Amino acid sequence: MKLKSLMLMTGAAVAAAPMAFAQDMADSMTLVSWGGAYQNSQVKAYADPYKEMHPEVEIVWDESSNEAVAKLRAMNEAGNITWDLVDVVASDAIRLCDEGLAMEYDPDELLAEAPDGTSASDDFGDLIVSDCFIPQIVYSTTFGYRTDMVPEGVEPPSEICDVFDLETYPGKRALEKRPINNMEWALLCDGVAKEDVYDVLETEEGQAQALAKLDTIKDEVIWWSAGADTPQLLADGEVFMGSTYNGRLFSVIEEQDQPVAMMWDAQVFDLDGWIIPAGLPEDRLARVMDFVKFATDTQRLADQAKYISYGPARESSAPLVSTHADLGIEMAPHMPTDPNNATNTFLYNYEWWADYRDDLDAKFQAWLAQ
Amino acid sequence: MTDATSGPDVNSGPTPDNALREADAAEKKGPMLAADGTPLKKSLMRALRREKLRALMLIAPLLIFVLVTFIAPIADMLFRSVENEIVAETLPRTVVALEDWDYASGEAPDEDVFAAFYVDMVEAEEFKVHTRLGSRLNYETTGISSLFRKSGRGVGRMDTDEYTDAFIDLDPAWEDPAVWMELMAADTTSEILPETNSAWDSWLRILKENDDNVAEEEPEDFLYAMLYRDLTRNSDAVAAYDGPQAALLQAAAEATADIPEVSIKEQFLDIDDDWGDTEVWGTIKAFSPKYTSGYFLSSVDLKLTPDGVEQQPDNQKIYLLLFKRTMFMSLTIMVSCILLGYPVAYLLSNLPMRVSSLLMILVLLPFWTSLLVRTSAWKVLLQQQGVINDILVWVGLVADNNRLVMINNQFGTIVAMTHILLPFMILPLYSVMKTIPPSYVRAAKSLGATPWTAFWRVYFPQSVPGIGAGSILVFILAIGYYITPELVGGTTGTFISNRIAYHISSSLNWGLAAALGTILLVVVLLLYWVYDKIVGIDNVSLG
Repeated sequence: MKLKSLMLMTGAAVAAAPMAFAQDMADSMTLVSWGGAYQNSQVKAYADPYKEMHPEVEIVWDESSNEAVAKLRAMNEAGNITWDLVDVVASDAIRLCDEGLAMEYDPDELLAEAPDGTSASDDFGDLIVSDCFIPQIVYSTTFGYRTDMVPEGVEPPSEICDVFDLETYPGKRALEKRPINNMEWALLCDGVAKEDVYDVLETEEGQAQALAKLDTIKDEVIWWSAGADTPQLLADGEVFMGSTYNGRLFSVIEEQDQPVAMMWDAQVFDLDGWIIPAGLPEDRLARVMDFVKFATDTQRLADQAKYISYGPARESSAPLVSTHADLGIEMAPHMPTDPNNATNTFLYNYEWWADYRDDLDAKFQAWLAQ
Repeated sequence: MTDATSGPDVNSGPTPDNALREADAAEKKGPMLAADGTPLKKSLMRALRREKLRALMLIAPLLIFVLVTFIAPIADMLFRSVENEIVAETLPRTVVALEDWDYASGEAPDEDVFAAFYVDMVEAEEFKVHTRLGSRLNYETTGISSLFRKSGRGVGRMDTDEYTDAFIDLDPAWEDPAVWMELMAADTTSEILPETNSAWDSWLRILKENDDNVAEEEPEDFLYAMLYRDLTRNSDAVAAYDGPQAALLQAAAEATADIPEVSIKEQFLDIDDDWGDTEVWGTIKAFSPKYTSGYFLSSVDLKLTPDGVEQQPDNQKIYLLLFKRTMFMSLTIMVSCILLGYPVAYLLSNLPMRVSSLLMILVLLPFWTSLLVRTSAWKVLLQQQGVINDILVWVGLVADNNRLVMINNQFGTIVAMTHILLPFMILPLYSVMKTIPPSYVRAAKSLGATPWTAFWRVYFPQSVPGIGAGSILVFILAIGYYITPELVGGTTGTFISNRIAYHISSSLNWGLAAALGTILLVVVLLLYWVYDKIVGIDNVSLG
């Protein structure tokens, strides 16, 4: 009897040992992302391997990245933060950081080094655009066009200004229903040099100039507000060309085999990544930090590119990008960062837009409503 | 609906209310007494109060539920349309210092304001609230957001460390936190060294936030800068100080004349020239009160500027247009719902039961389908390469290169929303029509009325309460719709609610969203009141 209870106790102690160790970290984690193919790539590349290493962890996904900024603010005001890690675009990360809703972090402490020992802050480089932002992928907003709608005897569109050329390329265009990117493209095609775009856009005249350029095609534009709109409009033949995220176009072209081609000219790079909400309890924070370190290491970021055509944010991940998990095609040529695609790119100025977003949005919406 | 001839007494017998009225009437003849000798009126009042209390307790759970989960959140959201504490909370000293500054002077504020602003920024930066204030003020004046972000980084690196070095050179005791604590603990310091004392309070709050011990942390530059200001401005007052470290303070006061001044204003101008811009300071001043009308002004295309209320420039006017459009389109949708719904409801209520329940399912079926599915279905039907255009081209009514544009505009929005809201019109109409006895119309006809007269003079007036209920339902639902207009509205079919959604979820300008929402609510209540005056709310029936 005595022996038996002793054995039981030892058993309990052995069982309890790893439990006690794991107690420092919470056993469940709520990750917030965009849903769809993108979230799926994160599940496959990050969450599944992590669960293999830590079977005790339960990962819950919430598809709320679209309204993450507003929801995080509401959670913060209610004093009950239910999310552990949130996937947002860089401009939202800056806004969340400004509002004190996202946690500031030290890249070299939180993130893993590259395999060759380069520090995380060097490996990510300039892509860490805010003290709170943990970069994940580089995506671009660019144009796709229907190959079967190109007029006969005309070269297919290859330059951004072909979007504004209704004579050579008649047909509807799909543009995003917000000023960002559209204003820059309009100025580029109105003779403004790339490096002067934001200086010009800062002035009233520059803004009027951009809107006047957009006016020339306004009647032929269908304005989209969800990333899925343009692929759908292209597939239906509703528009001749349209802007959207390059990954969406990839899936229309390669996965759904539609007669659509990419026009990489003047693609605008943007970033997507994680933020950790400010004010997490210690055990949950410890778990999230452990996950983030794993999920943003060189191999994991390269793995994500197997499932979606977005470029990994680490320089050291680029050589490791391999083939698509289902289609088996090489993914490197479909990356926005591929040298062939990135011959003419445009850099999105986060800081500038953080200042001018409210002002220009009011003007842009007023212009749209006229 | 209650019949006009039947009051509460008819149905439920006398209540204390009636007795009270009678007692009132009797009082003129002299007080009437109850059985226990108290005046009858008093005794009845007590009985009435008890009864009312009991009734209140019965509905209390529901009342509390509605208050807590419905009224309170709405009230809280509406309150945000005027609430503006963030400026005075983040920059308390600056707001006070700015009171003496005149925007019309055309010059940036003086050194005193900048000194106050310096201490406020040091504290705000430590608590990470300066950027939040920056984005708040950026709604009013473009550029303030990055100005605050930049200045937050800059305040820690100002040349005010020259003061720190000078004081410590003077006497190393100035480096000792214990000396500072003794100085600041004295009663008279708040009068002799007002700015230093106030900065010291900030310092204590900063240390507390970081869980640091006051006795161990070296005082920071901004404390020395404030000390310098206090000592130079009022060096004689130091003589009145008789607390601990009096000699040290006296020596410092005498030596300050030799310490070169570092202009804090210049320091800020070094960080960014915009600090010399009166526009920035004017905005801070205009939005410094705890409550502001700024959001409401913005929502009617005006703006609050340092000069007072001004018109928004023409290229930014949008809200009045959207309000008008929302009203117009909601009314159009309501009218098309009446026109389409009335015959259907008439048919439903007059057909034999078996057929009408089948039709009823057809009415309800879309009601149970997801809103998004129904909206997308309209896209498939109405788009240029869509079903309707294809048929028209096939029939030959429309040329292939000239297909009709029926979606992503006002027309598409009205069609889709009419379809979505139709059941809300049909159901109240149906339930009212069901109660109209068919014998009335038959009687009218037998008395010689034409079918039209019988319908118009006999049937229609009895169905008006159904139209009223349906119209109110459809109109109020339509006015707040935003998913459908967002998806099929294009540029000419968007509603004011789309802007509210944008300000809630994208721009985080909740104050403006609240103001727009408040206006929408008030407009609806006004229309409801007008409706009550014209038609009478008693003439509304949901069945």
